[in-house]
Order: sequence, then C-alpha cells, then structure tokens
Amino acid sequence: MADPTKVDPIHQFALTDIVPLGEFSFTNSSLFMVLTTGLIGAYLIMSTQKRAMVPNRLQLVSEMLYEFVANMVSDSAGKAGMKFFPFVFSLFMFVLVANLFGMIPFFFTVTSHIIVTFALAMLVFIVVVVYGFWKNGFGFLRLFVPSGVPIYILPLVAVIEVISFLSRPISLSVRLFANILAGHITLKVFAGFIVSMGGLGWFALLTPLPLILTIGITALEFLVAVLQAYVFALLTSMYINDAIHPGH
Amino acid sequence: MAGLTQDIIIVAQADSLQEGVVAPANEQAAEAGEHATDTHATTEAHGGEEAHSAAFPPFDPSGFAGQLLWLAITFGALYLLMSRVALPQIGSIIDTRRARIEGDLAEAERLRKETEKAAAAYEAALAEARKNAQAIAEETRVSIKADIDNRRADVEAGLTTRISEAEARIAATKTAALANVDEIAADTAQAVVARVTGDATLEEARDAVAIVNRG
Repeated sequence: MADPTKVDPIHQFALTDIVPLGEFSFTNSSLFMVLTTGLIGAYLIMSTQKRAMVPNRLQLVSEMLYEFVANMVSDSAGKAGMKFFPFVFSLFMFVLVANLFGMIPFFFTVTSHIIVTFALAMLVFIVVVVYGFWKNGFGFLRLFVPSGVPIYILPLVAVIEVISFLSRPISLSVRLFANILAGHITLKVFAGFIVSMGGLGWFALLTPLPLILTIGITALEFLVAVLQAYVFALLTSMYINDAIHPGH
Repeated sequence: MAGLTQDIIIVAQADSLQEGVVAPANEQAAEAGEHATDTHATTEAHGGEEAHSAAFPPFDPSGFAGQLLWLAITFGALYLLMSRVALPQIGSIIDTRRARIEGDLAEAERLRKETEKAAAAYEAALAEARKNAQAIAEETRVSIKADIDNRRADVEAGLTTRISEAEARIAATKTAALANVDEIAADTAQAVVARVTGDATLEEARDAVAIVNRG
C-alpha cells in the first residue's frame, strides 16, 4: 500500500509472488504453509528429542497436544479410529498453527483462502468415502439408512442423509474459512477506525472506543483460531467414525 | 457475514472516495470483472494493485492451482513427518512412562506383599520361640528337680546306712562293755568273797553276778 494511513481490509489476503513460477509460483501463502509445517515438525521433534522420563515444559506441551488429539480420536472413533490418528493430528496442528500464524501482524493467514480449507475438507471427505467402502463394501451405504425409522418416511430420510453427507466438505471448509476471514476483516476494519477517526477533528477523542474493541476482538480471534482447529479435527474424527461404523 | 460484507463495502467505498479513483476505469479491474463472475461484488470497487488479480483474493481462481500444489507438498510433508517421526517418538515416550509407572506400582505391591509375608513369618517365629522357651524352662525345671531329688535320696540313703552301722557299732560296743562289766563284777565279787570267807571260786562268783544281774 502506498499510503500507510489508508485502510484496506482485503489487502491482507492478497497473494504475492516470492519465487515466480507462473501458475505454481511460490507465494506468501506457500511460504506460510512451509513455515507452518516447519514449525510443527521442528517443535514436536526437537522438544521430545531427549525422551525425558520427567518432561520439561517444552516436551510437556508436545505430549499434551499428542494426548489431546489421541483422546479426541479414540473418544469419537474408538480404537479402530487410531490408525487415522496421524492424519487427524496433522490436520489439527496444521489448521491450529496456520490460524495462529495469522494472528501475528503482517503474517499471511493460509486458512483465510477457501481453496485451502476446501482442499483439506475434501481430503477428509475422500478419506472417509474411500475407507468406508474399502472397509464395509456396500454396507457403507447403511450410513444413509438410520435404523428405527418408519419405512414410509425412510426414502425421505435417506435423501436428507445423502445431502447432508455430501455437503460435509462444504460446511467443514466454509466454517473454518468464514470464521478466519470474517475475523481478520473485522479486526482490520475496527483497527482502521482508530486511524480514520484520529484524522477527523473532535472525533479523535473517541478513538479509544475502537481501540478497546480491537483489543477485545483480538482476544476473541485467538479463541476462534484455536476453537476452529479443534472443531475441524473433532468433526474429522466423527466423520472417520462414520467410515468405520456406518450403522447408526 | 451479511453485516460484515456491508462493512467492507462501506470501507471500500470510503477508500475509493478518499483517493478519488474511479475503479471501473481501471483496466485491471475491468479484466477482473470478466472472469470473477462468482467473486465478491465489493472487490470490483477496489481497484487491483496486486500482480495476481483484482478479484477478492480468497475467491480468486488464479491462485487456486498454486495453493493446491503447495498445500499438497507442505501437508504431505507434515503428514509424513508426523506419522513417521514425531508421533512415534512422542508415543514411545508416553508408553515408556506408562509402562514404567505400572512396573513401579507392581513392584511396590510385590514388595508390600513380601513385607507382609516377612512380618507374618517373624510373628510365627516369635510365637514359636516363646513356646520353645517355655518348654525348655519347664524341662530344665523338671530335670533340676529330679536331680535334686535323686541327690537328696542318695544322701539320705547314705546317712541312713551310716546311722544304722553306727547304731550297730554302738550296740556291739555296749554289749562288749556290759560283758566286761560282768567280768569285772565277778572278779570283784570273788575277791570280796575271798577276803570275807576265805575262798570262793571264780565260777561261783560269776554265777552270783548272773543271779544279781537277773534279779
């Protein structure tokens, strides 16, 4: 931006080439994907390198993350779901760290682009469908036929189940994307008010208002960043449970 | 979402007013309008500044392929890193610790049982020893008593024999003495008689003593 006082809440989502490679340029988005993977890998591996019987703080954080996701997967998908534990853990950590990177000023938020969240959601969807059919054969289709439903409304229920199943990747991806996008725009708009009001004579006296709001929203956005990663991982575990146990 | 987009529109419009830029006149924005039919209306008012496109960036399809490629690379790398290195490492730490704790608890339980067994054995030994001690004391007391009784019986028997021997000796001595008395008496009597009457035989004196003795 040429003028630093100009408020542009959309600019933060723009892709800029770092290494131009045409269609597949290494952009700021790619950079933060690499940083996300790098940080997660480096932290988890290095903090647990000593394999201490009594963990220090860094190792304890890694172990807590591990047990948190492990409990989530085994609670929702049972013992059989644990073979998807690395998958769910990777998703959780990727979304969590990408969201939290987005909270640092001037950092790009990978999860604010619908294509990224949609790709992750489609990956979950494909894993569930492929594993569901591979494990249960056509028995996987029982997922759409809830037991205990009267036969005359069963077709209707089955159609609704199919639609809700097919809309999962959309709801999963839009939930994450919209939360992050809306949060970042709101934050930027309110922060922008501080600057714009500062240049409006007597209105400048009111600038603490948007400042307080901005601080509040920042705290809220940290919560959203963590919560959305949790929701994404939790829903993934529950969808995986559907693939393992299709009968309701 | 609806409220937010209104905010965006307001801010976006305020921006363009401040700058005095008429967005649609911008060539890039017009181009964006062509292919961004499904993108956000607000972005058109904005005017493109970026190399990629003027469309609302999160919906801009021109960035999709690149992001998908890099997401596949980074997420794939993350998955491999997690499933091959990080998670087995953390998992083994947790399992080792759990096994260690369970092992220690089992060991503690085993030692506790052992202690209880030892305490019970000690109690039993103590009771046994007490019983033995009583038996030994009793036995010793009895044997000492028997020993004392034996010795007393021996001593008493010895004393009795010696008393009776002594009595016999006394009786013999007495008898002998008495016999001597008679002899002396007879001699004396003969002497007396001889002095008085002139003669008397020793036999007559002895008879007279015997008569006196009998008398």
